[in-house]
Amino acid sequence: MPSLKSLRVRINSVKSTQKITSAMKMVAASKLRRAQTQAEAARPYAERMERMLGTLAASVSGPSAPKLLVGTGKEQTHLLLPVTADRGLAGAFNTNIGRLTRNIARRLEAGGKTVRVMPIGRKGRDYLKRDLASRIGEDVSFAGRKSIGYADAEAIAARVIAMVEAGEADVVTIIYNRFHSVISQIPTETRLVPTPVPENVPVQAGGIVEVEPDEADVLAKLLPQNLAVQIYRALLESAAGENGARMTAMDNATRNAGDMIKRLTLNYNRARQANITRELIEIISGAEAV
Amino acid sequence: MPVDLEIVSPEKLLLAEPVEMVTLPAAEGELGVLPGHAPMIVLLRGGTVRTWEGGKVVQSLYVSGGFAEITGAKVTVLANAATPVADLSRAEAEKKLAAAESAYAALDRNDMAATLAAMDAIQAARAMVEAAAAP
Repeated sequence: MPSLKSLRVRINSVKSTQKITSAMKMVAASKLRRAQTQAEAARPYAERMERMLGTLAASVSGPSAPKLLVGTGKEQTHLLLPVTADRGLAGAFNTNIGRLTRNIARRLEAGGKTVRVMPIGRKGRDYLKRDLASRIGEDVSFAGRKSIGYADAEAIAARVIAMVEAGEADVVTIIYNRFHSVISQIPTETRLVPTPVPENVPVQAGGIVEVEPDEADVLAKLLPQNLAVQIYRALLESAAGENGARMTAMDNATRNAGDMIKRLTLNYNRARQANITRELIEIISGAEAV
Repeated sequence: MPVDLEIVSPEKLLLAEPVEMVTLPAAEGELGVLPGHAPMIVLLRGGTVRTWEGGKVVQSLYVSGGFAEITGAKVTVLANAATPVADLSRAEAEKKLAAAESAYAALDRNDMAATLAAMDAIQAARAMVEAAAAP
């Protein structure tokens, strides 16, 4: 039987843990709302860009087509961009991405491909360092940042483009948690390069679209922009997912702490009563002996 | 019959309203769009998007470049970044111009793509200074 004092200490420590987890839950809930609004606001641009890309991509083909659109013609080197959070305590959020990335990397390497990894987010880097260390080149982290902006996505896109242009990557895939609902985030892999061309774009009323200056020039600007937009979208989805996952995890933790406090309090009261009973017995038997 | 104008930046939808006419800073010169314009996709340079009503400018927004899609009754501007001209600060625009010019000066002339990009940046910054100067 643990002593009364040690029980009291444990109850207090679990209580303060519960305070922390419930505060973290509140913080995650408010951050989630912000992240969702941000993701919502980014949607119109992405939709319209996709439509424009669909219209243009159909008109460009052949060897002069930009690398970003059709790829380098090989499928040898794969660049993976796993997007994770910079902080933990979010349930299986980061681990899921890590595991999916590892599986994809193993599958590709079994097929004789070369894999490179550019982790976005500190947790993913730390996780993947264990078994993919030699494939990790540079990494991106937003640790200590309040929110992510489009400029961050642009910076990542610029690095990816440089790698593709230099022939250091043939296929680029981003792996991120798609925000499905507060309690469920789906690890998703999306191909960035070669650019998947959106199909069934509604044909413009009015027939042929005129393009100024010409298709190739517009595409040359549109494709990098599109890449940045796709990365931006993944970052936002992941940010919303992170906060959703943390909210759920912290909710569970708060509930578990509550259960534990209940159990410990019961034990504490039992021990206290047992002590009182024993003292009474001692007093009574002492009095009888006199 | 008005034109439905939409201006979107990657971060949000900035403007969505019907206007009588809109002029865009297209890469190959200013482009005015009235209802019933032929479908077009144009590249934009840095400059000012203006909406017109009865021959007068109603709103002007500075965009740093982007794309515009024109269909018969709709104009969608995908701007890299857009600010209402009234919110521009001249000093800041000039600072940007100076930065763009020094970046250009420091460039390796043999790198065509970078040179072109730097020239675009200078042009966009210059347009920003002009837009900030003329309210």
